Amino acid sequence: MQATTTTEPPSSAKPAAVDTDRSRTFKGAFGDLGAGLRDRQLWSHLGWQDIRQRYRRSALGPFWITLSMGITALGLGLLYSQIFGANISTYVPYITTGFLTWNFIMQSLNQGANTFIKNAGLLKHLPAPLTVYALRTTWRLSIIFLHNFAIYIIVTAVFFDDLDQPYRLIPGAATLNPGIGWWSLFAIPGLAILLLNGVWVSLLVGIISTRFRDVPQFIDSISSLLFFMTPIVWSVDSLTAKFGDEAASGPRTWVYEFNPMYHFLQIVRAPLTGGQLSPNSWYVVLIVTAVGWCVTLVVMRNYRARVSYWV
Amino acid sequence: MVSIEVQNAYVDFPIFDAKSRSLKKRMLGKVGGHIGTDRKVPVIEALRDINLSLAEGDRVGLVGHNGAGKTTLLRLLSGIYEPTRGKTKIRGRVAPVFDLGVGMDNETSGYENIIVRGLYLGMTRKQMEQRIDDIAEFTELGDYLQMPLRTYSTGMRVRLALGVVTSIDPEILLLDEGIGAVDARFLEKAKGRLVDLVNRSGMLVFASHSDGLLMELCTSAIWMDGGELKQYGPLRDVLTEYKGRDPFEKLPPRKRARLAGKPGGGRRRPGKKRPGPNGKPGPGGGKGGAGAGTAAAGGGKPGPGGDKSDTGGEQSGTGSGGGQTAAGGAQ
Repeated sequence: MQATTTTEPPSSAKPAAVDTDRSRTFKGAFGDLGAGLRDRQLWSHLGWQDIRQRYRRSALGPFWITLSMGITALGLGLLYSQIFGANISTYVPYITTGFLTWNFIMQSLNQGANTFIKNAGLLKHLPAPLTVYALRTTWRLSIIFLHNFAIYIIVTAVFFDDLDQPYRLIPGAATLNPGIGWWSLFAIPGLAILLLNGVWVSLLVGIISTRFRDVPQFIDSISSLLFFMTPIVWSVDSLTAKFGDEAASGPRTWVYEFNPMYHFLQIVRAPLTGGQLSPNSWYVVLIVTAVGWCVTLVVMRNYRARVSYWV
Repeated sequence: MVSIEVQNAYVDFPIFDAKSRSLKKRMLGKVGGHIGTDRKVPVIEALRDINLSLAEGDRVGLVGHNGAGKTTLLRLLSGIYEPTRGKTKIRGRVAPVFDLGVGMDNETSGYENIIVRGLYLGMTRKQMEQRIDDIAEFTELGDYLQMPLRTYSTGMRVRLALGVVTSIDPEILLLDEGIGAVDARFLEKAKGRLVDLVNRSGMLVFASHSDGLLMELCTSAIWMDGGELKQYGPLRDVLTEYKGRDPFEKLPPRKRARLAGKPGGGRRRPGKKRPGPNGKPGPGGGKGGAGAGTAAAGGGKPGPGGDKSDTGGEQSGTGSGGGQTAAGGAQ
């Protein structure tokens, strides 16, 4: 008969034994994470496949991502720099970087909520760790981020002369931004921590959303509001410029101080645009990361095995 | 050592969007799992109190009418569903082939889909590339493998899927109905390969409505009914009870001899009957002898247990809201 010509024994990338005594244990939750990470070839392929499918048969392909980001950033940059009376050469990089980082954060929530709902078919047909699907979402968003990053590079190259020295975003603003330099490399740990958070958000919000189908709708409905509430098109400077220095510690600052998304934005945007970065942002981000992962692990422990029932 | 142990396993589906009141009425329906209403969220008990122990070399057929829990049981055995109560212990690499469309990308080539299907089953890209010649030869798809998958017929898709699962040496192979779409000659070839695989160190569980396929591939069988494991034993016994007639009887003696003399250690526990929740043969099976002649026509009145799968219309008509929806829905 057709004996298989195997030249290499099949790997045991999957756990050899599925023992449902582990159903509601942390061991099961960590096992899922570990097995998911090991299936790197699978989720990286699936992430790419999502991108390719979306742009199939179009001439520019995934570069539409880059192009649409470029158009948006340029349009918004020109418009709002005039409205706020800001200098185009520093304002366009500000809004571009903010916008592309925001995209990653918001899409992590938005698409993370749909992670398991969209993969319902696969979840019911193949015994794969949940983490694979969360990583698929995060990887897809990372690919989009990298495509968008080309716009940042172009914009920074164009306005480099104004960015590499201290500048004020808005004339007469209180904060003097230090300008970009070697310290801008701090954006790398910033991005790494952003990715790390993308994974737990996909897992946690994804699991909750499979059970409560109103969650994705809710996230969808507040996403535009969050965009305008977070300093992306406007800057913290414009608050102080309008209300004076005494407002800088008042309730008006709460809109960004108590907005974790602002801090996530800052740890990437500030280094990349040479803006001023408060250490508070890093503290907030690290706390959110730790708490988020702990909650996610508990939810994974209790409801990991339920997801295939709920989808 | 490959084995599956299932102890008192239940699979309960919560139905969050259903009104419990309207579901109560459907409890009278006889198709599908038992629908419990004692909780706030209505629950479909797709599988109830399953006890099963499968060992290396077993080739098990899975029979039962629509909504009896065949697919759900396969998903339980694959580890996709962890039981809501009870335990399962699965040792061995599982390769499920349930739906041929899932995980396939219609726009990419057959080659690429072979690799992706392998990735899903826990292989690496490199390992799949080593197997691709073997798969191409076995499936006889040849140059067609370079064509996008949307140009494939159903039978060709089945070939591809079977080619992948049989090439990766899975230890536990779970097949849902649907592989019947291939032609007889290929089936013969696939059968040899499947039997080969089971003999090497594996296990096969195969859900089907086709007596012919079951007789070719399996030595023992499980009869699912209403989410419960009604009978587990040698294929011939189970089919006789389930159909109400002995399907082996009508076979020409030569074929019967060939099926009986099949190689392999599949017949390791002949006559061992699982004490199902109701040990006595179902009411449908009891009067099967008389009803056998009319079975195909759908005449007579089907026993409460539902003694035939071939009559389709009647049985599936009452299936709404039962276990069938839970198992196959939400695609």
